[in-house]
Amino acid sequence: MYLASFSFTELLQQIVSGAGAGAVYASLALALVLIYRAMDVANFAQGEMAMFSTYIAYALVGGDFGLLGSKLGFNGVHLDIANAFWIAFAVAVVVSFGIGVLLERVLIRPFEGAPLLTLVIVTLGLFAVVNGLAGFNWGYVFKTFCCAFPQSAVNLGGVSFNYTDLGIIAVTVLILAAMAVFFRFTKLGLAMRAASLYPESSRLVGVRTSWMLALGWGLSAAVGAVSGIMVAPVVFLDPNMMQSVLLFAFAAAVLGGIESPIGAVVGALLIGILLALVGTYLPGGENLRTPFALLIIVAVLLVRPAGLLGRPETRRV
Amino acid sequence: MAPPESSNGHGLLELREVHASYGPIRALHGISLGVPNGAVVALLGANGAGKTTTLRAVSGMVRTVGSVRFDGRDITNSKPEDVARLGIAHVPSGRGTMTQLTVWENLQMGAYVRRDRGGVRKDFDRVAGYFPWMGERRGQVAVTLSGGEQQMLAIGRALMMRPRLLLLDEPSLGLAPLIVRQIFEIIATINREEKLSTLIVEQNANLALKIASRAYVLEVGRIVLEGTGAELLRHESVRKSYLGD
Amino acid sequence: MSVLGRAGGGINWAIGAVAVLVLVAVPYVTDQFQTFMFAQVAAYAVAVVGLNILTGYSGQISLGNGAFMAIGSYVTALLTARAGWSPYLTIPLGGLLAGFVGVLVGIPALRLRGIYLALATFALALSVTPVLNNYDRFTGGHLGVGFKAVTPPFDIPLSNEQWLYLLGWIVFLLLFVPSWLLLRGRTGRAWMAVRDSETAAAANGISLAYYKTLAFGISAFYAGVAGSLLVIDFAYVNPDSYSLNLSLQLLVAMVIGGLANIWGPLFGALLVVWLPYVAEKAVNSKPDLAFGALLIVVVFLAPNGIAGLLRRGLLMLRGRRQEAVAMTGALEATPAEADQIAT
Repeated sequence: MYLASFSFTELLQQIVSGAGAGAVYASLALALVLIYRAMDVANFAQGEMAMFSTYIAYALVGGDFGLLGSKLGFNGVHLDIANAFWIAFAVAVVVSFGIGVLLERVLIRPFEGAPLLTLVIVTLGLFAVVNGLAGFNWGYVFKTFCCAFPQSAVNLGGVSFNYTDLGIIAVTVLILAAMAVFFRFTKLGLAMRAASLYPESSRLVGVRTSWMLALGWGLSAAVGAVSGIMVAPVVFLDPNMMQSVLLFAFAAAVLGGIESPIGAVVGALLIGILLALVGTYLPGGENLRTPFALLIIVAVLLVRPAGLLGRPETRRV
Repeated sequence: MAPPESSNGHGLLELREVHASYGPIRALHGISLGVPNGAVVALLGANGAGKTTTLRAVSGMVRTVGSVRFDGRDITNSKPEDVARLGIAHVPSGRGTMTQLTVWENLQMGAYVRRDRGGVRKDFDRVAGYFPWMGERRGQVAVTLSGGEQQMLAIGRALMMRPRLLLLDEPSLGLAPLIVRQIFEIIATINREEKLSTLIVEQNANLALKIASRAYVLEVGRIVLEGTGAELLRHESVRKSYLGD
Repeated sequence: MSVLGRAGGGINWAIGAVAVLVLVAVPYVTDQFQTFMFAQVAAYAVAVVGLNILTGYSGQISLGNGAFMAIGSYVTALLTARAGWSPYLTIPLGGLLAGFVGVLVGIPALRLRGIYLALATFALALSVTPVLNNYDRFTGGHLGVGFKAVTPPFDIPLSNEQWLYLLGWIVFLLLFVPSWLLLRGRTGRAWMAVRDSETAAAANGISLAYYKTLAFGISAFYAGVAGSLLVIDFAYVNPDSYSLNLSLQLLVAMVIGGLANIWGPLFGALLVVWLPYVAEKAVNSKPDLAFGALLIVVVFLAPNGIAGLLRRGLLMLRGRRQEAVAMTGALEATPAEADQIAT
């Protein structure tokens, strides 16, 4: 898309729109950082887990539980009440927490201490399994999952912004704030932080680090679910929906500092806005977003692997 | 783990014929030692003698063959977090301070398994009594503390566990002599006032032997000498090898 | 410890002989469609041999070799369709260009350790389709590029499918033999040394930069050739074929076939080409679920893959139980195994 003239209004709208996308990446990026801090492994299946959670919310709202659902007699069961979307959202997030804990116990614990390649393969295997399961159950046809927010725009200071973008930002801010409070001000949150960064010292004061990892997976799955459920109404729901989101979330985590939760959020915001600008102002921009993310990842890893907010310090005791 | 039997009077902590290995490398060759209730025991040895391994054997951090008993209960090869929950506070070499957390958060972590809020408050006051600066600087991030302060913080964190046994791995490591003296005085005071049984592992024999009622010397994974602190202070080979005489 | 095994020569020859026999027999016992599938197996096997060198032997995790296949594919498609080249000449060219790009990728990769390299190559894999779609004036975009199907030259009395089968396996053999020689020689040992411990390898005078980039280059060359072969098989190329899925398929083939095992790629390629077809007919679904589950199961129960299981079985049959039990793969022995080996 070529611009004949430059418009500040347009720029502002793109920035807000980009921030909305950034909010979606932020939740997923946070999920990635949580697991990376605890395990030194990037969970390549994080996006697919989020996608699956989104299908759960979708099923609760619309009654479409897919192939297995019809076999088990669930189909048609759905929330026929006001605010169904938000109730489904809450339920799906909670269920995702449980699934995350279960996955860690069943899939990750058996591989404790395994070499990196093994863990990468396991997460990739999980990627394939979850993707295949969703595809098998709900098919590969795009589904509409409407809607979290009013489909109109609001006028602020003479510029119109979508409710959707603003709403996504608001929800994400709330969730991230809740997480921040949890990690900073609760005993369990402190213990999870300690177990992540200082596993040995934590065990020596009695922390069951193995369970902390399970909790970490649960929280990651829950936060990732937020990402998926927020983005689905915008891009249509299908099993491959989260793959580019995952890529951008990785880019965000790397840019912000793959060991820094705040970095993940800041990075996500930056990436969201940058991508919106690339998509709008660069010729052929739409298709260049993915390679742009690749460029960011490679550039950051080569020049400053710790990212913007990461600390290049050694830890681990 | 076996239910607690009556202690045979030997001690709160008892190691018998303990062998420990890191993979194919044997680090301890059948050592036996004991920490009586309420006593300070010193374990001396040069670098690589196996001192740290001994403490790790107690905490279940290294594969162990033999018998490790705590208050009569067999804790050999238990998980570190279970050993900690039994009342053994292990301050590792290098201190293990949680550097990105604040002083207060480090101490809180010490109290992690405790359920008694009132008791935790009281213990914090006690710890601040031993190390007054902690009360004033509880919001300071641990990485900005000096080496000596980090060591004190590590001990403080251990105390917050309200342990029955304190394991200290080379508390003097990397610290200036004045600070080391301070720390050993505090360790002796804590032992005196709270009757907290303590096992100190050290290269710096002088101070350790002065506060210990019992001591052992470890060489290449074997106990070669044992006696009271006073006896070992006078002992010929100890003076030569570890006291720099 | 090399799974190729200094004492494993006899077993390797045995497997090789069986493989050759099977390969010769196949076109006579299968129908045209199945022959065509086996022609694809040859191409995938070439690609997996390449990935095995990079990840299995030199220890560099690459989730993006599909990108190198794309290079080979498009070189073949564009030169054949637009410039009238004979497709056979494009095969080495596609490989060389891919190999060159591989070296270019390998250089910055030197500075990326473990998980970061996996991340970067993951991003690379995801970037291929959008880039191909974007520069559509050059690549034909999402419509793809097609050309007239290849027929047997010199009036050889074979069907199209049989000719493609022959072509594929000749190319495979031409590339497999040098790889075997490389792997069992000094280069292979250097790669494994780098994989097992970079510090130790460097201390022994092995140039990390040279061997790691070499692995990338060779791996990419093989992938490029494989891409060319596949395009010749289908006489058509299109960006959607080069999604993340392709790179994952290569990884699956490598792991399930047998990491760092000389025969692994064959078993892996067989699985990866045939399973989707079987899955479609049996359960009417995509194979991802099966691939993913297999991957996890294999990594947990049989880390040396199919080839490893075979090798273990043969060792036990030959009464060499000790060796069978002590087998570790490119996935280093866990501390528990290390204990066992030491006592």
